[in-house]
Amino acid sequence: MDYSGIFTYMYTETALAGVIVATLLYDLIAGRRGRRFFHGFVCFLMLAFIAGTIWPYSSAEAEVFGGMYVYNPVYGIVKSILAIGTLIVFLQADTWLRREDTAFKRGEFYVLTLSTLLGMDFMISSGHFLMFTIGLELASVPLACLVAFDKYKGNSAEAGAKFILSALFSSGLMLYGISFLYGTAGTLYFDDMGFMLEGNALQVMAMVFFFAGLAFKLSLVPFHLWTADTYQGAPTAVTSYLSVVSKGAAAFTLMMILIKVFSPMIQYWQLMLYIVIVLSITVANIFAIRQKNLKRFLAFSSISQAGYIMLAVISGTSYGMTSLIFYVLVYMAANLAAFGVISAVEQHSGGKLDMDDWNGLYKTNPKLAVTMMLALFSLAGIPPFAGFFSKFFIFASAFEEGFHVLVLIALLNTVISLYYYLLVVKAMFINRNDTPIAAFRTDASTRTGLVLCLAGILALGIVSSVFDGINAFSFGCL
Amino acid sequence: MVHMEYYLIVSTIMMFVGIYGFFTRRNLLAMLISVELILNSVDINFAVFNRFLFPEQLEGFFFSLFAIGISAAETAVAIAIIINIYRNMKNIQVKNLDKMKW
Repeated sequence: MDYSGIFTYMYTETALAGVIVATLLYDLIAGRRGRRFFHGFVCFLMLAFIAGTIWPYSSAEAEVFGGMYVYNPVYGIVKSILAIGTLIVFLQADTWLRREDTAFKRGEFYVLTLSTLLGMDFMISSGHFLMFTIGLELASVPLACLVAFDKYKGNSAEAGAKFILSALFSSGLMLYGISFLYGTAGTLYFDDMGFMLEGNALQVMAMVFFFAGLAFKLSLVPFHLWTADTYQGAPTAVTSYLSVVSKGAAAFTLMMILIKVFSPMIQYWQLMLYIVIVLSITVANIFAIRQKNLKRFLAFSSISQAGYIMLAVISGTSYGMTSLIFYVLVYMAANLAAFGVISAVEQHSGGKLDMDDWNGLYKTNPKLAVTMMLALFSLAGIPPFAGFFSKFFIFASAFEEGFHVLVLIALLNTVISLYYYLLVVKAMFINRNDTPIAAFRTDASTRTGLVLCLAGILALGIVSSVFDGINAFSFGCL
Repeated sequence: MVHMEYYLIVSTIMMFVGIYGFFTRRNLLAMLISVELILNSVDINFAVFNRFLFPEQLEGFFFSLFAIGISAAETAVAIAIIINIYRNMKNIQVKNLDKMKW
């Protein structure tokens, strides 16, 4: 058997495994003084990793390990986006990681986060359900450790328990669905299974079970109950990672599998997604209005954003896939900026996360307040920012396939979402406060992360070559 | 020889007993055991389908082997988190995990 594929088509995963090993070894041998440069070391490694893997190896699809692993340039694009998101999370986590109670375990944070990234990469380019399952679990088990990272502080343990139990339950449901797919099709390869499925009742049931498993990871509405608690209890850096990188990977994988495996059953999964989208967007928006804690608020906002992402999946076209990747990219910039500001304020003010505490933030920390405002505008989809364009593409992709009523419902919900995003802006800029959060300076690392996100928010919508570049590689249902 | 359907009945019962237990138990360890029931029913399914329907290949057997390994890893992490909760609150009842709601 030819193993050279490990170093050619699988170069992203191989390089990432190298990064993980290097981080682990550095943690072991650096000692007390070397640890001070740990952050710079890891960020440099990630930068080198992104720079080395961002260009596609070849423009044609290829298989490694007899079809278990599939190489496709569009997968490479998604992996690069996820890696950039991870780098920004690392940049923003530095303030938190330098604190005394977490400094000694910062190596664990890096290794666990990079392991989940490796799992997501395998999940994205899987060509077989076994590979997909292993990737998914590699992406969710270390994530549970990360959620429970602040072992004795606050609600981290509670959040970890809620996360790991939902993850176990959902992966159980998903595996049950896969077992029936195997029983009816006789194969687990995506390409072969696409020809074997005909849409009988057992296969529809299996697909629903499978979808339920992934919908838990994506926190779509009937399966969203863990989301708000986990987001609130987890350390802020982990929350931002969960809400952006993990969600983006799961969304893309869902679309890839629906297109590759379940394309004969397209009318079933379009109906299923239709219901889930309407529920996710509406319910999450209504719950977001009444939130007072900013992390919970962003949790519900991210549930409704996941509903919007599904609008791209429901079309099942290559245009839909392009708009999904573009939406994930833009959402990453906006959401990481919002979480970056939250994390900075949390670290410097002793954990003030209630919306009332944020009254008058503009008076004391104008730059952070403006960053937050731009991020929220982009999330809501206000025209000059990238969020508007990504929403536009998503609506267009669903509209082209004839989902007119669905797009209308989503548009109405955008108005509701604008209301609650503006609530935060109002608190920061208009509300008076006698004891506002004191002025502080963020460090260079956090600032770099925020500037990267801001550049994304401002530029991604205008620089059209990004969208065209993704569009050249994406694929859809035949 | 025992027919395939009997194995499937057993695995289906295990699956739904697991789901029922997951929703009704009030102890974290009992919930974990219920989830293990679900995962084991999946393993039975894979092995049975492979043995009776597609005996010429071993895909299903391999899948159940990997699924067992993965579920062991997940359980290890879950138990670590439960131990951590026990250290924080001195019990593992679900009703005490209510610091965050709504």
